[in-house]
Amino acid sequence: MSEHGAHIDVTIRRGTGASGWFQTYRVPRQENQTVLDVVSWIQQYADPTLSYRFACRVGMCGSCSMMVNGQPRWTCRTHVSKVLQSNSVRIEPIRNLPVINDLVTDMDPFFDKWVRAGGVHHPTRTRKDAIEAIDPGSAARVEIDARIECINCGVCYAACDTVAANPGFLGPAALQRAWTLVNDPKDGARQQILDAVSGKGGCHNCHSMGNCTRYCPTDLNPLAAIAGLKRETVRSLWGKRKNA
Amino acid sequence: MLDVRLYLAQRLSAMLMVPLVLGHLVVMTYAIRGGLTTAQILARTRGSVFFMLFYGLFALAVSVHAAIGLRVILHETARVTGVWLTAFTVVAGIGLLLLGEHAVLVVTWP
Repeated sequence: MSEHGAHIDVTIRRGTGASGWFQTYRVPRQENQTVLDVVSWIQQYADPTLSYRFACRVGMCGSCSMMVNGQPRWTCRTHVSKVLQSNSVRIEPIRNLPVINDLVTDMDPFFDKWVRAGGVHHPTRTRKDAIEAIDPGSAARVEIDARIECINCGVCYAACDTVAANPGFLGPAALQRAWTLVNDPKDGARQQILDAVSGKGGCHNCHSMGNCTRYCPTDLNPLAAIAGLKRETVRSLWGKRKNA
Repeated sequence: MLDVRLYLAQRLSAMLMVPLVLGHLVVMTYAIRGGLTTAQILARTRGSVFFMLFYGLFALAVSVHAAIGLRVILHETARVTGVWLTAFTVVAGIGLLLLGEHAVLVVTWP
């Protein structure tokens, strides 16, 4: 039990769309308790009308992201003891996305930008062809390996001040996805992706503040991916393709 | 609200400004520490092709760089887009260029 007491005060942003209010609940304090546990307790024992989103509870699905004391976090892997301030915690829906209700945001704009950034697979072979052999030690593959661990949680998107100021900006996650495909020898639309991230709202709008990398719960580095896209798009513009 | 061309123009103008800023600092330090009067400074700059090209290029690089930077600030703070944003960028760039080149000509024209 916490030295602060047997309960914690949890303030949650309620309501639909842009209109909302804050409601405070008193939740029993447990020694080992995540922010998602707290939200679940409120929904199960205090207010069944509370809307929130979660699935795996083990940091794999990326669906439980919320703003915790003003910072984006994956709530299933965030211990209350690490974020408690004066025995209270404030929970809001993740930033930069429209609120559907309470803690649930509409993720469509987030994933629409993945598509706009060319983040879909462009196959080079048909199902009748043999699978292309990829050297796991090649530089391009190593560059991709860490980045495909992105769990699509939207934490980087919520942390990004450029997205907040420039809603047309594709955002760190979509651009990092594009960077994996640019480096993927099995993707057949490298130039198409570079063109997609070179227009208005593309990678060149990033101010390199690095909030995406700082807050990524899986320790990925979207900032470096965006820097890579900036380099490759400039090379591409000047006709100096990396693999030429 | 940048695409790759505006991004590149801003980076290239910044690269151009690096030696020009350093050169400008040297000139300013020389003028102030040496205790030159206005007349002595103008005697050195008027009719000087070097100073005309040096500061003429400087004003051009600043105009490109600053106009694109102001464009980003305007878009991200006031959400201005489209033709208005383009018009602002062009007017800011041309305005800065005219002001800068006018100042250069005033002190370098023979």
